Amino acid sequence: MIPLEWYLALAGLIFGMGALSILINRNLIIVLISLEVMLAGVNLALVALSHYMNDIRGQVLALFSIAVAAGSVAVGLSLLIANFNLRKSIDIEDLRELREEQGND
Amino acid sequence: MIYLIFAYFCASMIGITLMALTRKNPVHSVLWLLLLFLHIAVLYLFLNAEFLAVVQVIVYAGAILVMFLFTVFLLGAKELPKGKRYTDLPEGKALIGLSLTGVFIGAFSSITTAWKGKYTIEYIEKIGNTKALGVMLFNEYPLAVFLLGIILLIPMIAVAVIAWRAK
Amino acid sequence: MIELIIIFIKTAVVFGVVLAHVAYTTYAERKIIGRAQARMGPMEVGPYGLLQPIADFIKIFFKEDIVPMNAEKVLFQIAPLIVLVFTMINLTVIPFDRNFILADLNIGLLFILASASVAVYGIILAGWSSNSRYSFLGGLRSASQVLSYEIALGLSLAGVVLSAGSLNLREIVIAQHNTVFGVYAIPQIIGFIVFVISAFAETNRAPFDLPEAETELVAGYLTEYSAFRYALFFLAEYVAMYIMAFLCALCFLGGWTIPKFIIDILPFLEKVPGILWFAIKVYAFIFLYIWVRATLPRYRFDQLLNIGWKVLIPAGIVNLLIVAFIKRLGL
Repeated sequence: MIPLEWYLALAGLIFGMGALSILINRNLIIVLISLEVMLAGVNLALVALSHYMNDIRGQVLALFSIAVAAGSVAVGLSLLIANFNLRKSIDIEDLRELREEQGND
Repeated sequence: MIYLIFAYFCASMIGITLMALTRKNPVHSVLWLLLLFLHIAVLYLFLNAEFLAVVQVIVYAGAILVMFLFTVFLLGAKELPKGKRYTDLPEGKALIGLSLTGVFIGAFSSITTAWKGKYTIEYIEKIGNTKALGVMLFNEYPLAVFLLGIILLIPMIAVAVIAWRAK
Repeated sequence: MIELIIIFIKTAVVFGVVLAHVAYTTYAERKIIGRAQARMGPMEVGPYGLLQPIADFIKIFFKEDIVPMNAEKVLFQIAPLIVLVFTMINLTVIPFDRNFILADLNIGLLFILASASVAVYGIILAGWSSNSRYSFLGGLRSASQVLSYEIALGLSLAGVVLSAGSLNLREIVIAQHNTVFGVYAIPQIIGFIVFVISAFAETNRAPFDLPEAETELVAGYLTEYSAFRYALFFLAEYVAMYIMAFLCALCFLGGWTIPKFIIDILPFLEKVPGILWFAIKVYAFIFLYIWVRATLPRYRFDQLLNIGWKVLIPAGIVNLLIVAFIKRLGL
C-alpha cells in the first residue's frame, strides 16, 4: 500500500507548481489554467485523505469543489473575453485600471 | 509493482504539469492539462473513488477544458502578449512560489490520520461507491446540494449578462 | 493465465464482430439509400455488390497519406486516433448477453459518457490542427453540437438511471425486465424520443450532419484528411453509431430480454438466445439512422442549437421529473 504522505506530497507539489505559475505568468489564459491545476491538486489531496481515513466525506467535498470549479471557470473565461473585447489584450499587466496614480511608474 | 505504477504516475504528472504551465501556445497547454486530468482520474481509481474519477473526466475534460479551447479559439491563438512572458520581478516571485511549494509539500506530507471512519474498503465494495457517495450527499448535506444548484445557476446568468454587455 | 487468454479471445471476438458490422453497415447504407432514391446501389463488385466494402477498404488504405504543410503535424496525426480509441473503448462495457460482457463496471453508463466527452477533442483538434478555415469551422461546429446534445443525452439517461437505481448497464437491463412493460421506452416515452434525437446529433449524422455539411464546408473537419486517417474517422463515426444503438437497446428497449407479457402470450420465445433479440434491436436502430438520412433534409446551425437547448433539454428535465414522481409514488 502506498503511504498517504506520498499522495499528499504529490498533491502539494502540483498545487505549488500551479501557485508558482500564477505568480509569474503574464498570460491570463495560462493563469486560469494554473488555477485549474491548483484545484486538481487540492482534489487529489481530498480524495487521498478520504481513502486513508475510511471516510467518504472527502469525496463529497471533492465533488463540490469540482462543481464550483466549473462555475468559476465559466465566469472567469467570459470576463477574460469581455476584457479582451475592451482592451484587445490578455496581458495581466494591462489590468491596472484600479491602481492609484503615481508620479513615476 | 504498485510502487512502480505510482512512481510512473508521480513522474509523469509532475512532467505533464510542467509542460502544461510552460507551453507558449495555450492550445498545447490545454491539451497537456487534459492529459494531467486523465492521469488524476486514474489515480482516483487507485483510491477507490470510481464515481469521482468519471465525474472528473466528464466535468473537467468534457466541459471545462472545452471552454478553455473555445476561448483560445475565440481570441485567436496568435493573440499572445508580445514581448515578455513573465511578470516583473520573476525571480523574487519564483522564490516565493518555490518556498510556498516547499511549505505545502512539507505541511501536506506531515498530515497524519487521527481517526478512521466507518467507510472501509469492504463496506464501500459491498454497497457500491456511487451509492455510498449518494447516500452521504443527500442525507448529510442536502442544504449544500441546494446551494450548489444556486452556485451553478448564478454563473449561468452572469455569463449571459457579461456576453450581453460585451455585444 | 487461462483467464487472460479467455479475456483476450473475447475482446478479439467483440472488436472483430463490430468491425465487420461496420464494414457491412456502409454497404447496407448505400443499398438502402439507393432503394429510397429508386437506384440499385453498388452492384459491380461481387454478387449484388457484396464485396464493395472490402474493395473500398483496400483502395483507401493504399492511398497516399497527405499532411498539409502548415498543419500542426503531431496533433494532425493523432487526432483520428483519439476519436477512434475513445469510441472503441466503449465496447468493453457493453453487455451483449446475460453473461457476455468484457468489463462489468459499476459505472458503465457514466464511462460511456466520459469517453464520449474525451472523443470530442479528436474532432476539435482535427479541425484546429489542419490550419484550414473549413476544417476549423467544422471542428467548432461539431464540438458545440456534441457538447450541447450531450446534456440532453445525459438528462434522458438520468431518467433511466433513476428508475433502474443503478449505473451498471447489466443491472439496468435486469431492472427493466422486472417492470410491468419490460422496456423503459413506454413509460419514459419523452426520454426515449430525446435520446434518439440526441443520439443522431451526438454521432454527427443526418439531419444534424452540419460539421461535414458538404454544401457549406466542403467536408468540415475532414477536409484536409486523406487515406487511412480519413478511414479512421469514418470507422469511428460508424462505431459511434453502433455504440448509440447499443445504448438505446440496453437502456430503453430491454437489451437481450423481451418483455414478460410477450413471453406470457408466446412462451416458446424464451428459448431464443438473448443475443438475437439484442441484435434485432440494434439493427432496427441502425436502420432508423439510415432511413432518416435518406429522408430528412439538413437543419441550419442555429436551428440545431435551438432544438438542443430550448426543446430537448427542457423535455429531458420534464421526463426526469415524471420519472421521479413515478418512482416516489411507487407505480
